[in-house]
Amino acid sequence: MDDNKFKLPASISRRRFVQGLAVGGVIAGFPHVVRAGSSFKDVVRAGSSFKDNAATGSAPELSGKVIELTIAESLVNFTGVVRTATTINGSIPAPTLRLREGDEVTIKVTNTLSVPSSIHWHGIILPYQMDGVPGLSFKGIMPGETFVYKFKLQQSGTYWYHSHSGFQEMTGMYGALIIEPREQDIIVADREYVVQLSDWTDDDPMKVFSKLKVQDDIYNYNQPTVRDFFRDLSEKGLSSALSKRKMWQEMRMSPTDLGDVSSAVLTYLFNGSTPLANWRGLFKKGEKVRLRFINGASNTFFDVRIPELQMTVVQSDGQNVHPVTVDEFRFGPGETYDVLVTPQSDAYTIFAQTIERTGYARGTLAVADNINAPVPAVDPVEWLAMADMMGNMSHGGSMTEGAMDHSQHGAAMPMDLSQHAGPAAAYAKASTQVRHASTEYGPSVDMRVDTPRTNLDDPGIGLRNNGRKVLTLSDLHSLENVIEPQRPEAEIELHLTGNMERYSWSIDGLEFGQSTPVHMKLNQCVRVILQNDTMMPHPMHLHGMWSDLESESGEVQVRRHTIPVQPAQRISFLTTPHDVGRWAWHCHLLFHMDAGMFREVVVS
Amino acid sequence: MRIIKLVSSAPVIALTASLLLVNAGVMADSQMDHSEMDHSKMKHGDKAMDHSAMDHSKMKHGDTAIDHSEMDHSKMNHDDKAMDHSQMDHSKMNHDDKAMDHSQMDHDDKAMDHSQMDHSKMNHGDMAMDHGDMAMDHSQMDHGDMKMQGGKAPADARDPHAYSGGYTLADGPYAIGGGRQLKLLDEHRFYAIRADTLEHQFATDSLAFELQGWYGTTFNRLAIKLDGEVSDGKLEESQTDLLWSRAVYTFWDAQLGARFDTYAEGESRQWLALGIQGLAPYWFEVDVTAYLGNSGRTAIAAEAEYELLFTQRLILQSSVGLTAYGKDDAINGIGKGLASLNAGMRLRYEFSRQFAPYIGVEWMAKYGNSADYARANNEATVTTSVVAGVRFWF
Repeated sequence: MDDNKFKLPASISRRRFVQGLAVGGVIAGFPHVVRAGSSFKDVVRAGSSFKDNAATGSAPELSGKVIELTIAESLVNFTGVVRTATTINGSIPAPTLRLREGDEVTIKVTNTLSVPSSIHWHGIILPYQMDGVPGLSFKGIMPGETFVYKFKLQQSGTYWYHSHSGFQEMTGMYGALIIEPREQDIIVADREYVVQLSDWTDDDPMKVFSKLKVQDDIYNYNQPTVRDFFRDLSEKGLSSALSKRKMWQEMRMSPTDLGDVSSAVLTYLFNGSTPLANWRGLFKKGEKVRLRFINGASNTFFDVRIPELQMTVVQSDGQNVHPVTVDEFRFGPGETYDVLVTPQSDAYTIFAQTIERTGYARGTLAVADNINAPVPAVDPVEWLAMADMMGNMSHGGSMTEGAMDHSQHGAAMPMDLSQHAGPAAAYAKASTQVRHASTEYGPSVDMRVDTPRTNLDDPGIGLRNNGRKVLTLSDLHSLENVIEPQRPEAEIELHLTGNMERYSWSIDGLEFGQSTPVHMKLNQCVRVILQNDTMMPHPMHLHGMWSDLESESGEVQVRRHTIPVQPAQRISFLTTPHDVGRWAWHCHLLFHMDAGMFREVVVS
Repeated sequence: MRIIKLVSSAPVIALTASLLLVNAGVMADSQMDHSEMDHSKMKHGDKAMDHSAMDHSKMKHGDTAIDHSEMDHSKMNHDDKAMDHSQMDHSKMNHDDKAMDHSQMDHDDKAMDHSQMDHSKMNHGDMAMDHGDMAMDHSQMDHGDMKMQGGKAPADARDPHAYSGGYTLADGPYAIGGGRQLKLLDEHRFYAIRADTLEHQFATDSLAFELQGWYGTTFNRLAIKLDGEVSDGKLEESQTDLLWSRAVYTFWDAQLGARFDTYAEGESRQWLALGIQGLAPYWFEVDVTAYLGNSGRTAIAAEAEYELLFTQRLILQSSVGLTAYGKDDAINGIGKGLASLNAGMRLRYEFSRQFAPYIGVEWMAKYGNSADYARANNEATVTTSVVAGVRFWF
């Protein structure tokens, strides 16, 4: 097999680890453990007790104005070994909360763990004391304590909730949060399913993180090899084979550094089911089915597609968008997409391969319980391109728009006049002048991009020219009534930075501990420019307020709560905070966040 | 690291050198050479150049890499005319797969003023520029402070605290009180212990080890390096470096501390140590330390390692090292000047990234007075040994 292609190690045990267990695979050995990845008919436990067995496969649903949740340790078995998970009401994923826009909800959360815990309502606009970030918005939920969240729902759509304490999210604390519109939902479907994708590790997440700190490429088994070199040599000649490697070698960066973790340590879950367990959703032919995709993974970008079935994206991050029909979309932790599909055949595979191409999560849509569709192979690993490191390169990258922006060329260039004009014209358009922070020149940063790309129409590494129509940010446009008009009165530029070799992640070269808060004025619109000076995409989640993404030409385009910024990309969004307080702002790759790619926002 | 004996093995060095060449990207290929072009006397007179009708659509750069590296545009006189490229159509330019090397372009100190250029009508619309396989090498481009790695912050670099409004993580409005509560792993201390070498050396029937450990945060660590040789159940010699290791550049740590040497037959030595450890371009792991001992003793030790992945798990590690001393230390068999050179190759199989058995060969030669001392003691001055061992970390 081609060395570049995804390859599962031959050993059975390894295969089982990656694929997880099939239905009932281990039950005999562990009769007391609820089967991992069993179908959605699982017994639902509300308020489970300590070290109970987790129900997985599909989440129970809770609704109403008063919800009670219990955080506990539960036993799970995804790969053949029993592990302790942290769960909410004893299931993975946690119960799907189905609430109603306009309702004032009361959610009582009891922590039965021996350590503090928390729940953050991801993407929900609420008072900061209810946001659930320990050490920032409140003190956390102490062992044995019940914390009462109370807030009014001012929005509708697909959201999710998760622990914001340590690595509890990674060990099972995540669930869907559906808010039904007060008025009739404009998205009409005959049937709907929540599809929550996540990743699971049998190792202690802290240990996994520690290992990355010692050897950043420990989980990368797709590194360039001598064999690749000789293949390039025979196909393209010596100078091409050498020059392909030259820059990477000089810069001490890896062209296959697509993700920090991989299936070497993760098993990917689809509504809590392993690929072998094969989550299943039923439909009747011709029905319109709504799939609410939520990326609840700790550290994994998924590329989602349903072979033979087009998806019409109707909502992103809970906010309705102009429908756009695609074959595939990529999303990072924290992002959500609602799609409509109209299946006509008997069975389809919902296939979510991971960005670093070492594995996948998978489920089945079928007309009956016993029908399956083929599962595609994982795509080959693709080396990062110049655009992922250099950005625009003046004349290169993935420019597809006619209007080139040459404003950054040369020092003798006259400055963008809008920066110097009176207040009325100020901030009319995002500044294109790259301004690296003084702290980006130290040991915490391994690269700085001077010519970032600003186009939003790149699907990203591994998805370019793959023959499928892949969603990009440029395809997303909020419906007319979603975003209120706003004009920025200030501009904030932050650079996403890191040093892979040291496994350090930061903003402006400063890890959280060295940073100071970003201050925003209440009700004042601010433009935020995020420039990614790393080779990985970062899903940047800003708590407590919306991130209204601007197009390359400066139009406010789509309302998000989590914006993925691609390598060497520079994006801008507007935000108007309407709630005072201290808010978290971070990369939603959990390890990047915990390594320090985190800022505190003070709204006052 | 520096403790091996037997016969010289030139092929090892030759092989190492050739591998390094392969990886150093030595290029020899037919290339168009514009290096002698002198445009300095070009004068475009008073005419406004109108390139509007230029059609580059049939340009093909064929099979050759164009080298503009020595072009000097510094004296070009375009007079006062505004060049109008507005109608240029590059859409059909074919750059093929060739490597454009702009690395040596000299833009001099002249401020090239492109401010009047009007690119607004350039049509890149249908351009299917595929840079995927193109090896554009901009790595040597010198645009002043346009550098992707390292360097010094320019005076006008952005202040990362400029947006704070004077607030800190610990206080200001809405802080929950009691000092800063939220701490992430950037403030956590980690540790690692690594055995790069733990091996049997067949030529001398001895056990050699090279261990490193660290404890600390990302940027400040306590590091310990332990090298030695055990023969007949006895520690023949050992060298222990105890260092404060501080990250100073992207890929480099500065290290300050002390080194303690012991000898089964000889005198212990203590040194102050000052070194640098890190990753050089092309992924060479480098460790260089200078030492200052009692009675004006000085020493230097340098090591470099390179890894070649045959597959994801079968990895060849090549290493070279040297030691040099400022003074004779007869009792320990160390002479002034270059004392020893060593080179090794170890082929390991990584059952996991953390555990890999290996086999290999290690060569070492003594020089100058050190060689004389060895001869006087009836010891070999050059040793080559087959080695077998394990490499692991946790």
